[in-house]
Amino acid sequence: MYRYDAIDKELVADRSAEFREQVTRRLAGEITEDQFKPLRLMNGLYLQLHAYMLRVAIPYGSLNSTQMRKLAWIARTYDKGYGHFTTRTNLQFHWIRLADTPDILDHLASVDMHAIQTSGNCIRNVTADPYAGATAEEVDDPRVWAEAMRQWSTLHPEFSFLPRKFKIAVTAAPKDRTAAKVHDIGLVLKRARDGSLGFEVIVGGGLGRTPHVGPTVREFLPANRLFSYLEAVLRVYNRHGRRDNIYKARIKILVAALGAEEFKRQVEAEWEQIGPSGDLPDSELARIRGAFAMPNLDVAVNRSEIFEQAKAADPAFARFVRNNVKPHKRPGYAIVDISLKAIGETPGDATADQMDVVADLAERFGQDDIRVTHEQNLVLPHVKLDDLPVVFAELQRAGLATPNINLVTDIIACPGLDYCALANARAIPIAQQIAETFRDQERAELVGELKIKISGCINACGHHHVGHIGILGVDKKGEEFYQLTLGGSGAEDAAVGQILGPALPYNRVAEAVDILVDVYLRERQADERFLDTFRRTGVTPFKEAVYATAD
Amino acid sequence: MPQRIKLQGGQFVLADDPFTHVADDQDLATGDVIISLTRFQAEGDRLLHDGRAVGVRIESHEEVEALAYDLPRLAVVALAFPKFRDGRAFTSARLLRERLNFTGEVRAVGDVFREQAGFMVRTGFDAFEPSDGSTPDQWAAAVHRYRHVYQRAADRRPPAFAERGE
Repeated sequence: MYRYDAIDKELVADRSAEFREQVTRRLAGEITEDQFKPLRLMNGLYLQLHAYMLRVAIPYGSLNSTQMRKLAWIARTYDKGYGHFTTRTNLQFHWIRLADTPDILDHLASVDMHAIQTSGNCIRNVTADPYAGATAEEVDDPRVWAEAMRQWSTLHPEFSFLPRKFKIAVTAAPKDRTAAKVHDIGLVLKRARDGSLGFEVIVGGGLGRTPHVGPTVREFLPANRLFSYLEAVLRVYNRHGRRDNIYKARIKILVAALGAEEFKRQVEAEWEQIGPSGDLPDSELARIRGAFAMPNLDVAVNRSEIFEQAKAADPAFARFVRNNVKPHKRPGYAIVDISLKAIGETPGDATADQMDVVADLAERFGQDDIRVTHEQNLVLPHVKLDDLPVVFAELQRAGLATPNINLVTDIIACPGLDYCALANARAIPIAQQIAETFRDQERAELVGELKIKISGCINACGHHHVGHIGILGVDKKGEEFYQLTLGGSGAEDAAVGQILGPALPYNRVAEAVDILVDVYLRERQADERFLDTFRRTGVTPFKEAVYATAD
Repeated sequence: MPQRIKLQGGQFVLADDPFTHVADDQDLATGDVIISLTRFQAEGDRLLHDGRAVGVRIESHEEVEALAYDLPRLAVVALAFPKFRDGRAFTSARLLRERLNFTGEVRAVGDVFREQAGFMVRTGFDAFEPSDGSTPDQWAAAVHRYRHVYQRAADRRPPAFAERGE
């Protein structure tokens, strides 16, 4: 993993000192809330319904045990004993006092963490494949590029006041776990026939009010030209993105208005002018790459007797392995997904005690490496098969062994009306009701991969557009209603979901999902996923079933 | 005489401002003036012929490339920040310095706050009309807040990767 050097540490410390000064001015009444707002929003501090919310950056979702323990400690000391992992792979504390924030930032800085650019119209936390460095599917380690982009984008002098926020995702595997195609920029690392490395550059994807699957503006950008190209894209956007209407200010609107061809022409004309002087020197890339060298894993055998015996003896363990354990590039190792979607709990929430457990497990069995996924789960990317039974037992004790990765109960939900001032409707209780409906694990597994995503308003923080089943909270004359969409995907087969029919009242949503699943089970052929069946049959059978019972 | 903060030899000082900002609907003052791009295009030649120093104010939606051939004749380019949140002038400043090689004064006008002082200096501004009442000392403190930077920019400050390579 990348470790901060003195330069990185001093930069974060300087930021912390700057924010302390700004908070002091605010608390002393030297500046008004109106003047303070843009300042706190440059540092991840939002004023929500009940309290301040502080969003802590977790660059490319990567954490070590010390950092996770510090988050747990902050949750206990300054919040209500828990935190919320977000779809940007960050962590939110929802019950923060303004006066505490400078101290919290100092504590974060002590473990090389911060809240820089977790809000504001700047380049936000870059996300990457949570299996990076562990999966055999990847052609390169995307964290190398994500870390280089973290540095490049931090306090960027030209691009910190863009028309709107800007999100970049990078992956190096054909199976996309980053939702690259619905980002402002999605980068997919590829290897050419001659072995050289390059990026497929996707620009102008996004969700929100106007969802777009981003077009590919370059099939293969030589990897060493990434930073000049990013500069060109951002410069064209900074100059020409709309600033008259915040709902039309994202780059997707510019790309759609110009057309992908014309947008590309403008970017490449700018890129020509910038030239290679806008790129990062190879020596710096090599330094960063060195930090992501494969940890010293034991030479293990392919087959672990301990693991096989445990699987045979304990059906619960076997179930966990079936759903939450993925192959590692090294024989004898595995990638372990930790679900933060226990039935009845808030998706993405973790208690301080749970964070400590994950930190301990990562330290003892996982090369001190923890990842956060954009689907609001955690990952231990390097666990020896021999250690899996122990890891499972400890996770079970902490309520962290829910075996539901990618299943119907692995739901993404934004904080919704329970916390957020923008929301029209609650999202968390809907997720909880659906999870209850599919509490029977046999049935959930029978259904297989089914991604449900819930947003409490059209800003789409819960990514509902790209849910296999998407659920959007709307307000109808003061009552919470929910618009369902089907067939969306944020993965390599990205698509925006199609509206099922009229919005449903709060108490009919879980039931409707149950009906949709029944239709799927009835219609599916061979090993089709819900998404595949929907794409084959279209919306009709689903629509008929859900609205047949309506008055 | 009005004053503005000026970056001179690495120091931020309060310096007399010989220029008068003249709006399009105002009569031209005597002496050195800063005028709009439109007015410059109509009357620039005549004013320069008068022997006075001329500056042009570029609004955030205007492109500095429009001045490309006139820059050697200009004393000042004033880049407007209509709102704190409007960051287009940062791009304009960089292009003036790095691409168009403008060596005159690049001045920040409009919503100019010390929170952006560091970014302004990095992108090539060297004169400031703060709208938050900042003193040169406060301005300098804001600019020097960060001991390191990660990017190359118009100020030629060595980025972290260059520091590391030393």
